[in-house]
Parts: sequence; C-alpha cells; structure tokens
Amino acid sequence: MRELLAGVPGRGLALIAALLAGLLAAPFFANDYLITVLILILYFAYAGQAWNIMMGFAGQLSLGHALYVGLGAYTTAALYVHFGVAPWIGLLAALPIAMTAGAIIGFLAFRFGVAGVYFAILTIAFAEFARIGFDHLSYVGGSGGFFLPVAQYAENDLWNLRGKPVMFYYLMLALTVAAFLVCHALLRSRIGYYWLAIREDEEAARALGIDTFRYKMLAVVISAGMTSLAGVFFAFYYNNLFPEQVFHISRSIELILAPIIGGIGTLFGPILGAFLLTGLSEGVTESLHALGFEIPGAKQVFYGICLLVVVMALPDGIWPWLARRLGLERRS
Amino acid sequence: MPLDIYLNVAVSGLLTGLVYGLMALGLSVIFGVVRVVNFAHGEMMTIAMYLAILAFATLGLDPLVMMVPIAGVLFALGYVMQAGMINPFINRPEHAQFILLVAVAIIMVNVLLLIFGPDARNVQTGYSFDSFAFGRIIVDATKVYAGAAAIVVAAALFAFFRFSFVGKAIRACADNYTGALVVGLDVKRLYALTFGLGAACVGAAGSMLVLIIDVTPALGPAYTLLAFVIVITGGLGSMGGALLGGVLIGVTEAMAGLLFTPSAKSMFAFAILVLVLLFRPQGLMGKRAS
Amino acid sequence: MIRHRISRRSLLAGTAVTATMLAAPAIVRGQGSALKVGVLLPRSGAQAGIGQDCHRGVEIAGPILKDLGLPDLQIMSADTETNVEVARARAEKLIADGAQLLVGAFDSGQSTAIAQVAEQKGIPYVINIAAAPAITEQGYKFVFRNFPTAPMILGDAFANQKEIFTAAGKDPKTVVFLHVNDTFGTAMQKGIGAVLPKFNMPYTIKETIAYDPTARDLSVEVAKAKATGADALLVVSRLNDAILLTRELIKQRWSPMGVLSMGPGWYEDQYIKTLGKMSDGPLSFVPWYDPNKKLSKALEGALAKKYPEIALNTNHIYTFEALLVAADAYKRAASTDPKALADAIRTTDIKDNVSTGPGISFNAKGQNDKLKNAAIQNRGGKLVTVAPKGATNATAEWPMKPYDKRG
Repeated sequence: MRELLAGVPGRGLALIAALLAGLLAAPFFANDYLITVLILILYFAYAGQAWNIMMGFAGQLSLGHALYVGLGAYTTAALYVHFGVAPWIGLLAALPIAMTAGAIIGFLAFRFGVAGVYFAILTIAFAEFARIGFDHLSYVGGSGGFFLPVAQYAENDLWNLRGKPVMFYYLMLALTVAAFLVCHALLRSRIGYYWLAIREDEEAARALGIDTFRYKMLAVVISAGMTSLAGVFFAFYYNNLFPEQVFHISRSIELILAPIIGGIGTLFGPILGAFLLTGLSEGVTESLHALGFEIPGAKQVFYGICLLVVVMALPDGIWPWLARRLGLERRS
Repeated sequence: MPLDIYLNVAVSGLLTGLVYGLMALGLSVIFGVVRVVNFAHGEMMTIAMYLAILAFATLGLDPLVMMVPIAGVLFALGYVMQAGMINPFINRPEHAQFILLVAVAIIMVNVLLLIFGPDARNVQTGYSFDSFAFGRIIVDATKVYAGAAAIVVAAALFAFFRFSFVGKAIRACADNYTGALVVGLDVKRLYALTFGLGAACVGAAGSMLVLIIDVTPALGPAYTLLAFVIVITGGLGSMGGALLGGVLIGVTEAMAGLLFTPSAKSMFAFAILVLVLLFRPQGLMGKRAS
Repeated sequence: MIRHRISRRSLLAGTAVTATMLAAPAIVRGQGSALKVGVLLPRSGAQAGIGQDCHRGVEIAGPILKDLGLPDLQIMSADTETNVEVARARAEKLIADGAQLLVGAFDSGQSTAIAQVAEQKGIPYVINIAAAPAITEQGYKFVFRNFPTAPMILGDAFANQKEIFTAAGKDPKTVVFLHVNDTFGTAMQKGIGAVLPKFNMPYTIKETIAYDPTARDLSVEVAKAKATGADALLVVSRLNDAILLTRELIKQRWSPMGVLSMGPGWYEDQYIKTLGKMSDGPLSFVPWYDPNKKLSKALEGALAKKYPEIALNTNHIYTFEALLVAADAYKRAASTDPKALADAIRTTDIKDNVSTGPGISFNAKGQNDKLKNAAIQNRGGKLVTVAPKGATNATAEWPMKPYDKRG
C-alpha cells in the first residue's frame, strides 16, 4: 500500500480518504434515488478509468468501447440464462472474449499502421458491426432484447449478482477503487512509463528501443478486459440487454465523456468527470423541473453548452486545473 | 429472382450513393484542409433539411431551388463555427476536437427538438411519387434529380479548388500549413472559408435529401457515421473519393439488402470500411499522408 | 414552434391536475388528497415523438376522470430520454419525491428498468404500452400491463383479417412479410411462427424480409418484396418506415391487394398528413378503441378540443387507461398505501373503458389478457374501425384501391 501511494501528497491522501469514507457510508444516509445516481457515477468512473488506460496512458483514441461493455454483458448474461453459470464464473469466458476482440482490433490497427482519427473510426466500425451482428443473434434474443430473470430481492446474492441496489453500489465502488489502484500501479510501473513515452511521441519511443506494438497491444487488451467487467455489471443490474442500447455509438461517447472532461491521462480525472457530468445531468433536470420548465430537450441543450464551455476553457480537463488550484500536483 | 431486379436495385443504390457522396464531400473537404473531424456533420445536414422544410412550408419553394440559398446559410454557419470556436482547437489533440463537436452536435439535435418537435417532417412536391420507366427498369424521379444535382455541386466545388485563387490558397494550406503561413496566407480565415464550404456542401445535400427521406431531430448522428464510412472508404480529403465512396457504399448496401437480409446491410458498409482501413488506409482515391 | 407553445400553455393552464402538480406543495397524504402518479415517458431522444404523443393522453385525462367521479391524480412527469439508465434513475427520483404509483414508459427496455425499481420498492407500476411478453413473465407482484402482448396482437390480427377477407369474398393467397428489426418487430416475427398455424389462414407467407430500424432507404426492401409476386403485404413497421414503404410502393408501381399492418405507422396522423390521398387503404390490426363506447367519445372530444389536428390513437388511449386504472384503484383502496393500491389494481374490473374488448382486469401475472385488438382502415384521411364485429363503425374496403388509380 505504501508503495502504491508513493508520490501522492498528503493533502491528496486526505482527499482520497475522505472521499472513500463518504462513499462507503453513503448507503446509510442516502435515499435510493441518490444511491441510483451514485451507482451511475461509479459506473462511468470505472468505465472511464478503463478507457483512460488506452487513451490517457497509451494515446490510442477508442470511440468504440461500447463493444467491450456489450461483449462482457452478453457473454455473462447468456451463460447465466442458458446454463445457470454464475457471472463470476462467466467472467472467465467474458474476459478472454473481450480481450481477444481488443487484441484483434489492436493487432489489425497497429500492424497495418492505422492511427489517430483512422484508428478511432476503426473502433467505431467494429462496435457498429457488433451492434448489427447482435441484432441478428437470436441465441441472445436479437434485436428483441435479452432478458435476465428477475427474482424477488429477498436477500443479496453476491455470487449470482441478484440483489438490492446497495449490493450493486458496493460492487461498483469496489470495482472503481480497484481500477484506481490498478491504474495507479500500472502508471508507476515500467509499462506505464513506456505508455507515456508512446503517447508523447511514438517515433521517439521506438527509437529508444521500446516495442511500441507490444505495449500498445497491452493497453488495448487491459482496457478491453476491464471494460467488459462494466458490462457484467450492466447486464445484471439492468437485467435487460438490447443491441441498440448496448453497442450504440452514443454509449461509447457517453463512456468517454467523463475522463475527457475530468482530465485525460489522470487517475482522478475519470472519477471527477463522472461526478460532475452525472451530477450536472441530474442537477439540470431537477432545476428545470423546479422552475416548472418542462420542455423535453431543454436539459440536453444546457448539458451540451456546459460541455462546450468546459472543453473550451479547460482543454486538459478539470482535474489538472483543480489539482493546481488545490496544490495537489504530483511530486513525481 | 429475375435479372431486372438487380439492375433496378443497382441503379437505385447508385443514385442514393451520389447524394450520400455529396454529404460526405463536405466532411472530406473540411478534414482534408482543416484536419478537424466534424462530428456534427449529420446534425448540420439536419439543420439544412429543416431549413428546406421551412422554406417549402411557408413560401412553397422547391428544395431543389432552395439548395443554393440553404448552402449559403450553412456556409455562414460553418464559417462562424470555425472562426469562433474551432480555430483555437486546430492544434489540440483529436479527443478534444471530438468532444467539442460532440457538444455542438448535442446542442443542435436538441435545439431542433425544441423548435420543431419530435415528429418527422417532409416536403411533398409534385414529383414526389414520380418514377421513370425504361423498359422493366423503374427509376425514382426524385433520386435522379438529386443525383444529378450532387454531380453538379461536386463539379462546381472541384472547379473552385482547381481554378480560383482562394481555392488554390486553401489547397496550399492543406498541403503545407507552415509554408502557407510563411508565404503570408491568412490561414485562420482560409480555414473558416473551408469549413464554410464543407458546410455548404452538406447544406446542399440536406436540401436534396429532404426529397428522399423524412427528417427528425434525432436523424443527425446516423448520417455523421455514414459520412465517415463514405469518406474514409473514398479517401479523406479526396473529392472524387467522397463521391466514389458514396456510390460504392450505396450500391453495396443495396446489393447486400437484395442478396442477404436488408436489416444487416449496413454491416457490409462497415466491413468495406474495415477492409479499406487495413489495406488501403489512405482510401480508394486518397494520397498517402506523410 | 407553435405546437410547442400550445402544449406548454395548456400544460400550465390546463387541467386542475396539472395545476396542483405545478403548485407541488407537500400535500397531506391519505384519503381526500390526490394520488401522486409518476408518469415516465421518452419525451426526448429517439422515441421523443411517441413519448410526447403519449403525454397528450395524460394532459386530457384530468377532467374526464373527474367526470367519472374518480379521485384526483397529481401527475409528476419525468422524461426518460429514451435511455434505460435515465429511466431507472427517474423512477427512483419520482418515488423519492413521493410518487405512490408509476405509469409508463412505452418502450419494453425502459419499462423493464422501471419495473425493477417499482417491484423492489413495492410501488405499483402500470405499463401503458410495451408489447414484449417477457415483462409480465418475471413474476412481478407490483407490475401491471393493460396492453396486449405480441402473441395477443397477432392472434386478433389473424382473426380480424379472416373476418374481413370473408366479408369481402376475396382471399389473398400469398403475402410477403416485411418487418422492422427492433424489439417490437422481432417479438411479432417470433410470434408469427407459433400463432399463424392456429388460424388456418387463406394465405401463406412467401418471404420474410427484415430491415434495420434506422433504415434510410427502403427501395431494396420493396423491390425484393415486389419480386416475390405476393398478393398482399403483411407488415410490422414504425412511422417513418411506413411512409418510406408507401412511397416506394407507388414509385415502384406495385399495388398489392392491400397492406396488412400489425403495428404503428400506417394509421398515424403524420402518415395521413404526409401522404394525402395515397394514405388511404392500409388496414392496421392494432390495440385500438371501441368507437361505440361512451368513454371513447369523451376521450375523442377532449383530444379534439386540445389538439384539433390530432386524431385519437393507441398512444393516447392506453396512456389514458393506465391513469384510469390508477384512479379507479385509488378510489377503491381509499388509501395511498402502495400495498393496498396494488391489491386494488389486482381486483380491477372496469367495464366503462375505451379500448376494444370487455374491459380492464388483470390476471395473476398482472397482464390484462381480456384485451381485444381492432382492425382500422384509413379512409378519406380519417380512420374507421372495420373489425371485430360489434366494435366497428364501417366495413372494410378490400382489396384497396390501387395507387395508380387514384388520379
């Protein structure tokens, strides 16, 4: 643990501790609505963290991360529904599937020199391909949707992921903390330094003898695997899957807003971004409602304007700016 | 299946592809010069479509006539967007540009929803239901007009870039940004002009598409994606490539719908895209970027 | 713009229900006060059109329920933004804000998400529209659906078709089945295999053609359908594709005996407005209202007053009936206690309703399995009900007038 947190200033540690304590205690005083919103926040924070490995660390812009969410969701859900396999066992299939998908995309892209915008489009193409493909996969319901049986919530069954929202809340919290620690460890490892070198200047990194292909692949595969875990949560929390909902490009965009707004390549960025964006979204809905201003679409306009302002004023995201303000800059 | 159905479908795909190509042309022009990916492209087209519907509903003006003024309005919109908002982002990373334009797209979609409501709108011209019959081949009249207009607009744009001074200056910017700065070109203004031109293309395409499909505020994103597929297939920055890409995608989707199941036809478009990215990343008619 | 201003003004100044809602003080709960009903609809995003149309049913409900001697409902509206996550969060919020009963949400995915919240909180949830059979097969105790499932719609569709063919003395021997590949479309496509053989239909399905819900162009689909040489067109679509399909039928110069639609689109206002005289002819076999019922006239009148340009349709009817179920249960339960409300809904027996069939009641699974579906036809820019017998106001025109003979 000491090793893990090395280089984080005291104030930063205090902030983490306070945040974690607050989140751990939340179910004891928050109502169910707040818990639902917090679950959404943690979901976006976790998925954003996973995406950030690829983009923020290794500099590979993926706009198709919904693919991995969907693969994780559909694999575990199908195993659960058709064979009664618990999601944690199903994960043993879902993880390799998502990682293989990531590896295929990465391999094709990096071997054939597809980079930048082109790489981003390639990731969209694969996600869209999967969307239409799953629309026709009648084994998992096709476009008609795939429903998980919803039992009574008498007690929480963590093994089968059947239970009350609070269970999902703690699950998501645990995942988010774990993702944070993993990313922190990765960043401080040799791999992390190689990634940053690739992100900053791939040519130079290669000149230094870094096997850029290998490390880019590693980023894609790790990111894909972590993201598929978010899919498992999605499937068992919402209990219904529709290719149009799960694989759609708007889902991919939704996933990456938090890390970009929060601060790309930072550990706190995805978390901060998720809090701000989901909070903003709920806040705007509520305030418009309170003002008796119930015109569908008004909320999204306001949300879009906020995005616009943030990205214009703080192109690096909010966290780097906030960290400077709070004197939390990393010493390393 | 009788042979003429293949011909029917191929011709229909070709004409639709031309209009798609014109829409994608705008994206190609913008990316080729400004190097910014316009993620609000389909949404801008939706705006053009609503303008065409307004003109038709209030003044009874045919969308094919309105093509020029609407292209003008979209030019202004594009110019202002680039000058006021996107220019500072030219040298920022792609993801920042991406979010900027996604935000713009979200605003556009929902402002349209606020103004026009969610119901589909369309125009009903005198020739809406017309078709020409050549023997057993039946061709949709509206698509013929739209396809022809697409070729005219593309030709005009091509001539502009080839022969006019401003057009040449813009191409110079695209080829060598620093060089253009050195010789004293006002790059920022040229970028704004380019973005305006790209927007004008999509404006023209929008007023034509209104004849073929109905518009809803939520239509934009699907067309943004379609424009990407086409432009990358044809070659980003290549004008001929955009039209070729449009036709290729149009015909492929039509044929895939005929031979396989129509609900999976866009899979084939994405498959082409992936193949092109892997084996000819510069696109069918693009030049290899340095 | 104008339509929006109207709907906004009416929302503000309209019914007593909405007025209390905007005042929104913490009303003392219990008998005598209004029941707080959370209405969740996709009023922005991809399904905005349908969601806003359903909302019209909410807007006109207040005075009609009052006339029936039912207690007041305090409507709390929420927009699901056509998104499962938002639907779930909004449902939680409504309950946190005191909603005692939920109504919504048109779409099967969003409805499933809301159903889970309602079930876990023990808040009764009345689904207005959603046809995926799975929703009422989950063993929910607090979820009720007053809308037919896909197999129910199909069964009635085939029965009504036979009635129409027999009356006209002309059977189509073959049909081609075109369907949109979305939740509703696939539910119907899957149902057909099981339901069709039971009805001994005069026709066989020559080919099934599925198309993408975001289809931009349906020329290939229609060319393919035309090439089968089928007598009639069997279709499950939505609004935009219904318009596209009709245009292609005309442009490709194919006039089948008729269009047999088993879903939305072909009867909607927008369809009729857009296509003018070309909109006449299609038969829709859908959940509908019985034009002879007393309450139907009241609903028609209220809608005509508020939205003169819009004809009463499935969206308004079933959203209204969901509120009717709520108000009726509240009256009988004489309590806002969710358990008591749910028990009251379970014993619902409303005869004086709007939709086709004997009335509203729920089986053990929370499904109204007594619902009947009607056959309606577009005629002269209006809708007439042509089947089943006893709930009609016109006879069907079959086969329909060919498109090229309409001058």
